[in-house]
Amino acid sequence: MALVLVFLYIPIVLVVVYSFNNSPNSAVWEGLTFKWYGQMLSDGNLKASFYVSVKVALLSAAISSVIGTVGAVSLGSLNKKLRSLITGLAYAPLIVPEVIMGVALLLFLSLSPLSFGVPAMVIAHSTFCIPYVMIMVNIRLSAIDSSIIEAARDLGAGKMKVFTTITLPLIAPGIVTGSLLAVAMSMDDVIISFFLTGPRDTTLPVRIYSMLKLGVTPEVNALCTILLLFTFGIVGIIQLTTISKTRKNRTIRKK
Amino acid sequence: MNNVKKIISIVLAAVMLSLTACSNDNPGYAGSDDGPGELNILTWAGYVPDEVVAAFEEETGIKVNYATADDNESMFAKLQAANGGEYDILIVSDYIISAMIEEGGMLKALDKEKISNFDNIDPDMQGQFYDPEDKYTIPYAFACALLVYDTAAIDFEITSYEDLWNPALENSLVLLDGDRDIIGLTLQSLGYSLNETDPVRLEEAKEKMLALKPNVVAFDANSPHNAIISGDAKAGYMFGSQATEAVLAKDTVKFAFPEEGMGLYIDNVVMAANAPNEENAYTFLEYILEGENSAAISNATNYPNCNLAAKDYLSEEYLANEMVNMPASVLAKSESYADLGDARTLYSRIWVEFKSE
Repeated sequence: MALVLVFLYIPIVLVVVYSFNNSPNSAVWEGLTFKWYGQMLSDGNLKASFYVSVKVALLSAAISSVIGTVGAVSLGSLNKKLRSLITGLAYAPLIVPEVIMGVALLLFLSLSPLSFGVPAMVIAHSTFCIPYVMIMVNIRLSAIDSSIIEAARDLGAGKMKVFTTITLPLIAPGIVTGSLLAVAMSMDDVIISFFLTGPRDTTLPVRIYSMLKLGVTPEVNALCTILLLFTFGIVGIIQLTTISKTRKNRTIRKK
Repeated sequence: MNNVKKIISIVLAAVMLSLTACSNDNPGYAGSDDGPGELNILTWAGYVPDEVVAAFEEETGIKVNYATADDNESMFAKLQAANGGEYDILIVSDYIISAMIEEGGMLKALDKEKISNFDNIDPDMQGQFYDPEDKYTIPYAFACALLVYDTAAIDFEITSYEDLWNPALENSLVLLDGDRDIIGLTLQSLGYSLNETDPVRLEEAKEKMLALKPNVVAFDANSPHNAIISGDAKAGYMFGSQATEAVLAKDTVKFAFPEEGMGLYIDNVVMAANAPNEENAYTFLEYILEGENSAAISNATNYPNCNLAAKDYLSEEYLANEMVNMPASVLAKSESYADLGDARTLYSRIWVEFKSE
């Protein structure tokens, strides 16, 4: 187990370590410096790309969390066969290779009046983010004790009221985790974004990829370090919310 | 319950707002009368240095949108998907320009009347195979791969491609990762053209390449210099800008122009067939053809300059660096990578067989 962790984390640790390397080449170590962080912060292109990435990630997470939640909840009212069929279809974007998704979206968008760039990428990223939200919400849904809902219905609550007062608060952590996952997935997507970037908006991963011709400097390592902090932050939040919610649920059940 | 409703409505409102916001900043500025508008460039990141872009914006008031892609093929795909529009200026390599012209509807024939300083371009770089009449292209920079070796690790000089087959170099070469590069150097070591299409000669080259394989430790197109600097490789074949990195980082590293002659890639500036900001694109072409600006590009990117008017402005580092500022006698022996036509499949088959052997 320890060995597995070492293998998983050594490359990541090296990226971080070399972001402090004084040499522009990653082949030799020439002492400690923070200059790459300074350079990264003053690089207008990198910053612009970062904003594009964040914009796309937040928008697609917002859209997919709404659609994913509605989808997951409404699946509950279907019969079993139909439900498994639709679930399978909805999870398909997870399994379809990204290249195929990218090419398909490229063809679709060049035929449609929609232009390449942020709107196109938001639509594309939403399609592959929806399943993450659906999975997370589904897990919460299946944990809900149906007697609570029946009791509410017995006491005269309408469908909408049951949803807003009982279901939604209970599945809220699932929605949060799902949309955070969506942000992370959208942030690091290269393949689909590559097909859909427009002249005005290149996402961060696509820009880093295209820096290879002139050589990647530790500036990129510095940026990766920041992104890693960001990603670990998100994972941390997910862990914290799920842990505290499960504890709460346990205490509710005990009572 | 009210809280939940409030949150949902806020989220929805935010989504709608930001969606409309980003659809607003999207319509092209083509034909707008107020201000000089925009210019959309597509090429590798950093190939037009940031300081040059900034100076151009400053001087003309045109806002530059610099989109990036990682190779020629992806730029071809992007321009094709945009029906030859969306972008104004692309900087791409020679062979892909052949393909773009062949495809049709992708590139705009340039109006030379609007480019007063086209003649700054070195006549040797004009009228190349991909565009014999210079209808579509303006040479931007070129690239040649050369030999690099670490004198601390090997005790003989490397002067030709043939030397790479030396058994003393077992498991110690780093080579560019491209079929044209490696098949080309093998062909040249056999005394053939690097654009050879004769199947018999290509078969001969393949056999010879297989004998080279035990010497290769890595194929790396992007940062082969790192293998030399770290000592993982003792010798290599890489582009001038990469060789420069290796020589600067390690005193014992030397370079050599292969005796058999070098392969020459020429990158060109082209205009998209349906460029939304055509006038601005011409302004940009004139700008980078100015000697001083052209020199600023070469000084920053370490790619060889092909602009005669730039000579006076090139930095001392650039001029002193023979790996980039190559002697004319060496350049005279180099050969362009021409489009192979039907032999393309043969090349990629040989390459795949060589790599998987």
